[in-house]
Amino acid sequence: MDFTTFLSYCLAGISIGGIYALIAIGYTMVYGILRLINFAHGDIFMMAAYFMIFAMVDFMIPWYLSIAVVVLSTVVLGVVIEKVAYKPLRSAPRMSIMISAIGVSYFLQNVATYLFSALPKSYPSIPLLNKKIVLGDVSTSLVTFITPIITVLAVILLMMLIKHTKVGMAMRAVSKDFETAQLMGIKINNIISVTFIIGCSLAAVGSILYFTPRPSVFPLAGSLPGLKCFIAAVFGGIGSIPGAVVGGFIIGLSETFIKAAGYSEFSDVFTFVLLVAVLMFRPTGLFGEKIAEKV
Amino acid sequence: MLKIENLHVYYGGIHALRGINMEVADGQIISLIGANGAGKSTTLKAIMSLVAKPSGYIEFNGVDLSKMQTRDIVKQGIVLCPEGRRVFPDLTVEENLTMGAYLRKDKDEIRKDREWVYELFPRMRERTWQLAGTLSGGEQQMLAVGRALMARPKLLMLDEPSLGLAPLIIKDIFAIIKEINNAGVNVLLIEQNAKAALEISHFAYVMETGLITMSGSGRELLKDDRVRSAYLGE
Repeated sequence: MDFTTFLSYCLAGISIGGIYALIAIGYTMVYGILRLINFAHGDIFMMAAYFMIFAMVDFMIPWYLSIAVVVLSTVVLGVVIEKVAYKPLRSAPRMSIMISAIGVSYFLQNVATYLFSALPKSYPSIPLLNKKIVLGDVSTSLVTFITPIITVLAVILLMMLIKHTKVGMAMRAVSKDFETAQLMGIKINNIISVTFIIGCSLAAVGSILYFTPRPSVFPLAGSLPGLKCFIAAVFGGIGSIPGAVVGGFIIGLSETFIKAAGYSEFSDVFTFVLLVAVLMFRPTGLFGEKIAEKV
Repeated sequence: MLKIENLHVYYGGIHALRGINMEVADGQIISLIGANGAGKSTTLKAIMSLVAKPSGYIEFNGVDLSKMQTRDIVKQGIVLCPEGRRVFPDLTVEENLTMGAYLRKDKDEIRKDREWVYELFPRMRERTWQLAGTLSGGEQQMLAVGRALMARPKLLMLDEPSLGLAPLIIKDIFAIIKEINNAGVNVLLIEQNAKAALEISHFAYVMETGLITMSGSGRELLKDDRVRSAYLGE
């Protein structure tokens, strides 16, 4: 492997890693507040791809407006799922809400199959994003290049929101103690909705970046990326946003290099082995929260 | 200002409050004493609408609270400082205070109140940027009281503020409760440390297994034989 090829694999790895990071943030934030692994998150990501087909192909909306439409409709889908499938189970045991999440996941996959058929549908191409650009000796499409930049910007914005705004503070408060947060006058349900809004808009952006260089979408297209991003979140330490980002990049990079080395069929295996290893040797992940001792 | 009539609460099959009647008059410190499990905390939680389906009537300054949500009760001016301090461990001292003022929009007044809290608890000013989870137990209790004050309550309810604290710090806390009351905040206090509570209270209620069994001024109850043997260990 010469240096140029190495660089282009690096870029590809960072790019897919950035997408994984965007989706992993959704898992980790929802877990942080509800202690729920939102198994439907990967399927929300898949639905966002169909929304894009609707917007650009069926309604012929220009791509820049379509992006807004996709983000908006994905957010609506996520918030509705929360209100219908998770909110009624707020005081139920955690296992019930997790089962509900798995149910929503299958529901979305089957709804998509029913509405759009199981056959792959071609994903609209956004001319600007597919433009070839050349960086030194490496040639790539614009989307590969800007994905990590968008990811990093999104993460910085998100961290600022969480660190410095009142909503962010309230999110941190709610994630630790529902009842006391209520005593401050915080509306728990609003804060949970905000969490889903953020997670789903990032998943929508991730979906656009993920499918743009790919030819087509099918109803199960979200399940494997979803699982990988869940693993990225666990690897980084579920509940931690920087952890999800680092986890996403690590999985994206290692997957790309395993493929580059000629072991394509093992790249997913590696990701799952990583999950098993993390759960065995460091269940709290890289940046996972320590179990706080109650004083 | 606060009036509770015939308050019942059930936890599963347990009849935790069996018809509570009590009143908090303006300008006073009222305490609620009783053994573990008597229903003291439940009473405060029921006032804040934090327990499922309490029945009975709760009125604050003429407003019926019994159908209100927690957030609206806080807006009415009732604030509960919960048992076990419950500061937000991942938030700094200052952020905890900001959360206390969550429903308020008057920035200048919030700043003034924060100054007041820092005057009451100078230790907090030294630790503005420290994560609340790293404070000592006594400091956390001070922060919890400060956080509650940031909502500018008309009625401050304190659930076991002295629990698990060293005697010297307990003395401080009780002195500050008096000071808060002198500043015009009504206080409803729950305590297992009955003697200290009765000493600073204008009026007190004694609770036993979901019922109020006795009431009187703090001084009267301190002299009462039944109270002395049951709660003061004399």
